[in-house]
Order: sequence, then structure tokens, then C-alpha cells
Amino acid sequence: MTAFDPEAPETPHDPLDLHPASDEDGGAPQAATRKQVRKEQRMMLFKSPGFIIGVLIVGFWVLSAVWPSLLTTYGPDEFVDAPPRTGPSSEAWLGTDGVGRDVYTRIIYGARPILIVAPLATAIAIVMGTFLGLVMGYYRGWVDEILSRIIEAILSIPVILMAILVVFTFGRSRPVVIFTIAILFVPAITRTIRSAAIAESELDYVTSAKMRGESGVFIVSREILPNVTGLVVVELTVRLGYAVFTYATLAFLGLVGTNITTADWGIDVSQNYEQIVRDVWWPSIFPAMAIASLVIGVNLITDSIDKALKS
Amino acid sequence: MLKFIARRLVLGLITLAILLVIITLIPNIAPGDPARKIAGGTATPERLAQVNESLGLRDPVSTQLTNLGQSVFTLDFGESFSVAAGQPVMDLVFTALGNSAKLVALSLIIMVPLAILGGLVAAYKKDTWIDRTIVNTGLAFSSIPDFVAGVFLLAFLAVPFEFFKVQANAPPGSSILVQIQHLLLPAIAVLMVYFGYIARITRAGTITSLDADYTRTAFMRGLTTREVFRKHVARNALQPTVAVLGTQLGYLFGGMVALEIVFQYPGLGNLIIRAVDRADYPVLRAGVLTVAIIYMLATLAADLLIAWMNPRARLNIGEDA
Repeated sequence: MTAFDPEAPETPHDPLDLHPASDEDGGAPQAATRKQVRKEQRMMLFKSPGFIIGVLIVGFWVLSAVWPSLLTTYGPDEFVDAPPRTGPSSEAWLGTDGVGRDVYTRIIYGARPILIVAPLATAIAIVMGTFLGLVMGYYRGWVDEILSRIIEAILSIPVILMAILVVFTFGRSRPVVIFTIAILFVPAITRTIRSAAIAESELDYVTSAKMRGESGVFIVSREILPNVTGLVVVELTVRLGYAVFTYATLAFLGLVGTNITTADWGIDVSQNYEQIVRDVWWPSIFPAMAIASLVIGVNLITDSIDKALKS
Repeated sequence: MLKFIARRLVLGLITLAILLVIITLIPNIAPGDPARKIAGGTATPERLAQVNESLGLRDPVSTQLTNLGQSVFTLDFGESFSVAAGQPVMDLVFTALGNSAKLVALSLIIMVPLAILGGLVAAYKKDTWIDRTIVNTGLAFSSIPDFVAGVFLLAFLAVPFEFFKVQANAPPGSSILVQIQHLLLPAIAVLMVYFGYIARITRAGTITSLDADYTRTAFMRGLTTREVFRKHVARNALQPTVAVLGTQLGYLFGGMVALEIVFQYPGLGNLIIRAVDRADYPVLRAGVLTVAIIYMLATLAADLLIAWMNPRARLNIGEDA
């Protein structure tokens, strides 16, 4: 799995091709065609407005997470020159919260926890899910049968409930939250990759690889995996959106293990939403909009990639 | 059909058994002393002992598993430990379940017709601006977490308009209409979250169905658009929608935890969070299992409904899930 490169030369899909070196009708033009397709897909992706908007939104939040002091002069716990619960003004662009901290600054700093947890959890889940899905889909057999049933059982409980149960028993801390989200995403990813692997296993190129006497490890990692890469990428971005969603919800429910004074979008919404009925909407609505914008940004990227791959 | 139902039931029971094993194993594989983690670092020894007892962690794993299995079939999960000390867990769960059912019912009554209509219109007006508006707005809203939608509704509907209530739970003894009025905001939040998803599924199903031979034949027989839609398109186009609604029912009952918190509604999700806050493991476990069982029953019902709508599906469902 590690020695995988999307740009690696492809195995010719036609196993009966007897003129591999010829430029006119051999394997080389086929590889070039595939490369060309990928290039065209990429060009189409970079031109699609959804993708550009998505990258701009996500890019802004990544910048906030990496270098917050570039975007704001205050600190996240600093009290600003305006009384608590002041609406948006020139001192505090997005107003101040219940104790007089700058809402804008807290949103900038609040990007960090969600952008640490969500991508890490997604990466772990994608690696595990792709591995399991490929192995189960290629080898089938009773192990596949049992794992499929387990996956179905886990999928029958809403992710957020299972997350609550696990975080509750394992203790609230950031590593626990990351691994919980990762493990809970594995079943869905495995199911998608597994059915793709089953479909691929029935194609001629896999049969011919088997006839060449290639090992299962080689067939799974060098033959099938490159052909499901597109699906893996789509699944990666889809799950990233869900991971943002799940982390924000867990933070809102107070289950992420950090202090309630930590700048964190979900925590800030939960700490301030009760003031909405007293017309103090800015300390909760702005972080809520931050959560929404990040999820929508990720989904715009997902959708554009999906469209480009299907074109 | 009978054979199909039997096979589907067996599959459901297997899933339930696996789930019981997973739920039994979770506290047992947690590193360190789970009781200490749940009760907090400063807990007294008595409190730790209490938590330990409520988890049943001193019994061997096999005993824990049989106990849990027994609990499911006798509907007896013992007594609540701290949410409502001494009360039977199932009393709490059933009260919360009743409340959740009200919210789910109202949400479905509002959301399903609108989403199906949206999907049908989008499919009929495929690739026009109407189609794009329905699909894109739906998509944007469906990706937002439910509590975020809820908080927006609080600010933009509950504060400016007296009519919308901040608390979803009507005062005791209120008439049905008043109860509905109170439940309106969370139901609208559910509409926002699910409209795009259900509409998209319906749209896809309808487009397939409109392209099918039987639809062309029906048009050629001279039936009106309305007749074709009612008799031929809808029946086939709505199968994926029914399937998806079945799988989403469990989520509606237990997955709206944060939404119930925002509107202070005492449903299942709220009960589960209260159980977490007070380290009431028996209540937490019973709540999670209840949601899972509802999900299984709902997918079972959806499969049966689809099998009734389309005899061909009887051959496929349960074969390779």
C-alpha cells in the first residue's frame, strides 16, 4: 500500500496486446491516453467555480489554523477595549462575547482544533478503510462475510451516538476523539471500497495478472488500488466533511476534552447560544457560520472532484 | 415472500447479536480503570464502586454479554444510576422515546412530501435553473450540522417572531396544536438537514424511471402526464426514497442529540447526553441500543415495503448486503 503512486505507469488493460513497444497500437499510447485523461480531469477541476470557491474557503481556515496571529492582533483569551456583549463594531469586528473577548479573534484561533482533528481522523480512517475494503473485496471468503456483518452492525447506530459511547468510556481527550472518529468512519469507507474492489476483481486485467502468477499482495496494491484511486479521493473528501461535522457536534456537546475557555467553534456555540433569545446573537451565530462554511467548502471540493472524475 | 421475510429477520438478529458484543466489549477494552475515567479523577472510592457496579465490569465478559442480551429481550435494563436515581431505566427510555416519536412524526410529515415533491419537480425540469436551485440549496443545507441549523433558526425565526417557540417542549397539558407549534423549529431544522438528501434520491429515481421503456409505452398509450406519473413513474421512482427513509429513521430518533439540546427537548438524544453528563452507564447503554433497534426495525420495514412495491427486489435484498 505504501509503494503507491497515482502517476505510476499503468498496466495495459488489454492482456492480449502483443506489441507493447509499438507507438502506434501498443501499450504506450494507452498509458499516454490515461495520463491525458487525468490531465484533462485536473484542468476541468481547476476551472470549476465550485472547486475554486471551496479551496478559497478551506484555504482561509487552514491559514487561520496555522498562523492565527497573521489575521488578528488580539489573543483568543484577551479582553478587548469594548464591554462584554457589544455588537459588531470597529473595535471588535464581530462583537464581543459574554465575558468581553473578541468573537472574530476566537473564530480565527478556533479553526485550529477542528483542523487538527478532522484531517487526522480522516487520514487514519481512509488508510484503514481502503486496506480492509481492498483485502475483503479481493479475497472474499468467510473473513469477509464476518467483517461485513460487523460493519453492518456498527453502521446501524448513528455515528454521533457511537462516538458519545466510546468517548464516554475511554475518557475525553483529543487522541481519543481522533481515534474514535477514525474508527467510526472505517466501516462506511470499507463498504464503498469493498464493492469497488469486487467489481474490479471480475475484470480481465485482474484475471490476467492472476494467470501471470502475480501474488495477491501485488494484484491488490499495484493493479486494483490504482484503479480505485478516484473513488478513494472522493471518499476522502466526503469523510473529511463528515469529520468536521462530527467533531463540531462533539465539541458542542462538551465531549472533546478541552477546557470550555479554549477557542473552538463548537464549544463557543454551546457556550453562547442561550444568549440568542436576549438578542446577543453574534457570539454563537458567527462561530456557527464558521462551521457551516468549512463543511460547505469541503463539500464543494468533494462535488467538483466527483464531477471531474465522472466526466 | 415468507422466505424473504424469514431471511431478512435472521439477518437482523445477527446484526443485533454483533451489536450486543460490541457494546459489551467497549468498556472492557478501555485502558486503565473505566470507572475512574467516567467518575472523574477526584471521585471518592464509594462513587467508584457505584460506577463499577453500574457498569457491571466485575463480572466476566461472557456474563456481561448474557446479561445484556437478557436485558434486551426482557426490556429490563435495571435502575437508573444518577439521571433519575432508582427509577427503572426503561421508564426513562420509553418517556424519551415517546417524545422523540412526536418530533420524528412531525418532521416526517413536513419533510417527506416537500422533499419528494422537490425531487419530482427537479427531475421533471431536469437541467433547468429550477432543478439546479433545488439540488444546490438542498446540498448546501444538508451538509450543515443539525445544531448549527437549530442555532440559525433560533436567531432568525424564534427571536423576531413570537409564533416560533424557543423551547420545543410545550407546557404539560397543552393541546396538540400548541405542542406542534412548539415542535415547529426543530422540525424545520430536520427539513433543512434532510430536504436536499431525500430530494436528490427521489430525483435520481425519477430520472431513471422517466427514461424507462414502460414510461414511454405509457405515454404512447395516450395517458396524460399526471396519469403516467401516478401509475408508472412514482411507484418505481420512490423505491430508493423508501429505502433511504428507512435507514434514516434510526438517525432521526437518536442522531439529533445536539438539536434536542438546542431546543431543550427531552427526547432520546437528550436523555443520552444527560446520562453521559452524570455518568449513568445503564441509561446510556439502553438509550444507544434502543436507537439501534429502531434503526433495524425501520430498515426491515423499508425492505418489506420495497419488496411489496417491486417483486423483483425480493430476490436481491438480503442476498449481499
